[in-house]
Amino acid sequence: MENTDKMKNNILSMQLDVDDFVPASADEKESLVVMRESVSFWKDGFRRLRRNKIAMAALVLVIAIMLLSFIVPLFYPYKYEQQTKGSERLGPMQYSSKELERIEAGEKVFPHILGTDQNGRDYAIRVLVGSRVSMTVGLVASALILLIGSIYGAIAGYFGGKVDMVMMRIVDILYTVPDVLIIILLAQVLEYPLQRLSRVPGFSWITTMGPNMVSMFIVFALLYWVGMARIVRGQIMVLKQNEYVTAARALGATNGRIIRKHLITNCIGTLIVTTTLQIPSSIFTESFLSFLGLGVQAPMPSLGSLASAALNGLQTFPEKLFAPAFMIFIIILSFNLLGDGLRDAFDPKMKR
Amino acid sequence: MAKYIVKRILMGFLTAFLVATLTFFIMNLVPGGPFLSEKAITPQAQAAMEAKFGMDKPLFQQYLTYMGDLVHGNLGMSIKKRGRTVNQIIAEKFPTSARLGGLAILFALGVGVPLGSIAAFRRGKLADNIIIVFATAGIAIPSFLSSTLLMYIFSVKLKLLPSLGLKTAASYIMPVFALALYPASYISRLMRSSMLDVIGQDYMRTAKAKGVSTFKSIFKHALRNAILPVVTYVGPLVAYLMTGSFIIEKIFTIPGLGHEFVGAITSRDYPMIMGTTIFLAVFVIIMNVIVDIVYAFIDPRIKLK
Repeated sequence: MENTDKMKNNILSMQLDVDDFVPASADEKESLVVMRESVSFWKDGFRRLRRNKIAMAALVLVIAIMLLSFIVPLFYPYKYEQQTKGSERLGPMQYSSKELERIEAGEKVFPHILGTDQNGRDYAIRVLVGSRVSMTVGLVASALILLIGSIYGAIAGYFGGKVDMVMMRIVDILYTVPDVLIIILLAQVLEYPLQRLSRVPGFSWITTMGPNMVSMFIVFALLYWVGMARIVRGQIMVLKQNEYVTAARALGATNGRIIRKHLITNCIGTLIVTTTLQIPSSIFTESFLSFLGLGVQAPMPSLGSLASAALNGLQTFPEKLFAPAFMIFIIILSFNLLGDGLRDAFDPKMKR
Repeated sequence: MAKYIVKRILMGFLTAFLVATLTFFIMNLVPGGPFLSEKAITPQAQAAMEAKFGMDKPLFQQYLTYMGDLVHGNLGMSIKKRGRTVNQIIAEKFPTSARLGGLAILFALGVGVPLGSIAAFRRGKLADNIIIVFATAGIAIPSFLSSTLLMYIFSVKLKLLPSLGLKTAASYIMPVFALALYPASYISRLMRSSMLDVIGQDYMRTAKAKGVSTFKSIFKHALRNAILPVVTYVGPLVAYLMTGSFIIEKIFTIPGLGHEFVGAITSRDYPMIMGTTIFLAVFVIIMNVIVDIVYAFIDPRIKLK
């Protein structure tokens, strides 16, 4: 001890303290470990999403709607196409005289919560199945739009120049052709081939879904991806200026690999947000088409066709309009709010 | 700038030409035709009708004839409405739709821009929250629902407003409101977020620091910059709303162009389909060029090239 003190006093001494070179103990090592785990893009985003109360409420609502429209109809005592004779046009919670007799005989009859329609079909299950149809259309159409729009936009944005020019003119044209025209014409064109195709083994699902729904998907796949393509193109045009793209190219990566591995993965936040916001707008379009009578075919209900049918009896049965109207409103609202929350959480530009 | 606008207009003509070509061939290649839906038509009568409208000729020749007429501004004769030209029908129906759509646009802008700005300036306060709730609800209601609900409340229940037609000024209220609800809500949201962006900019602080009055800084600096995204959104919307919404016209039984267009598609009135499609396409293209010009006026930093 005395020895070391002496050495410290002499500042010119080259003699070093051996203790400084002893390997660190476990405790000392522990103190040097970085305290926080590294926060990845996803963790960061989800943390911000969890803190957003409105978005979380919307997420709960979306899950609740999914359960209601996909799971509940499996257990519901009525079927959406099941017609009960004698119980036509019942009001909410009403029973027909036959059903009253059965109740008096000691049988249990499940109440018609929202009444029945003019064919004696339970209205509550029709609204639930209608939501299922609308949700399916929204989800499948958005997936199609995501796939086509992102690939198209990425190619146009990445290659730029003449390729971009031609591809974006095509987008302009699709944007300008009135969609109602294409939908009506396409529904007529596809009717016969789809019916034939549904008889081919392996394609019988077309009959269960209805040919109109399939042609609706085709319309979405043909027309509605243009917005997505424009957004992705804009993103890719910025991203491709980055050094890592130059580096990847210098290392000999092919164009396809750069787009797949570097560019698409880097605009995944935008893709998620745009797709989530695409779902309500697809449901919007679906309910609009069904309202016009171009959507799903009877007896399959959709929220739009239910609302359209209720319009004729608006004077006497207003609640028949309110139920599907309320469902459309809630579905679109919750997806919109969730999409806004996702944008706040995952869009880097929104970081504050 | 003039060069740029000329270039944009030429490009627009090309797009319109391609839209017309695409529509022509899609429409004709779809099986069926305008005369199939008519009852008890003899083959001779059908042949005579086809000859009258030039539909007995090869498709490509029909296309050339149509395009030749189109260049002269002649959209042809309607097949379903005997003895009337497509030009006449559009000239008759368009003003009705345009009045409704124009009023709806004015309403949407008049409501959306101020509300969006107020929400941004009162960020986090009560006014902001109320406006956001209404704007978010507004973009979740399809127009067919808002119009049927309005009709139920004001015509069926309260018997305040007429439900059909466009005879009096009062009958404009519901269709205009139903048409404007979505754009007004959307513009409020757009305006709010772009205004928040602008408020955070350095030049706003500079304006405040050099003593510009609040009023002047809002109107001269903030609004002028924040309104650009709204202009982009409203441009094509003007064309779509003024050419008529089928849904609104159907629900309120308004004799407008939107109703006419869907009727033409279902009855396969080929010249009518072509006429309205080209009319809409040209309208949209013109609006997009106007948006570009307005942009340069609002923001002199944007150089059109």
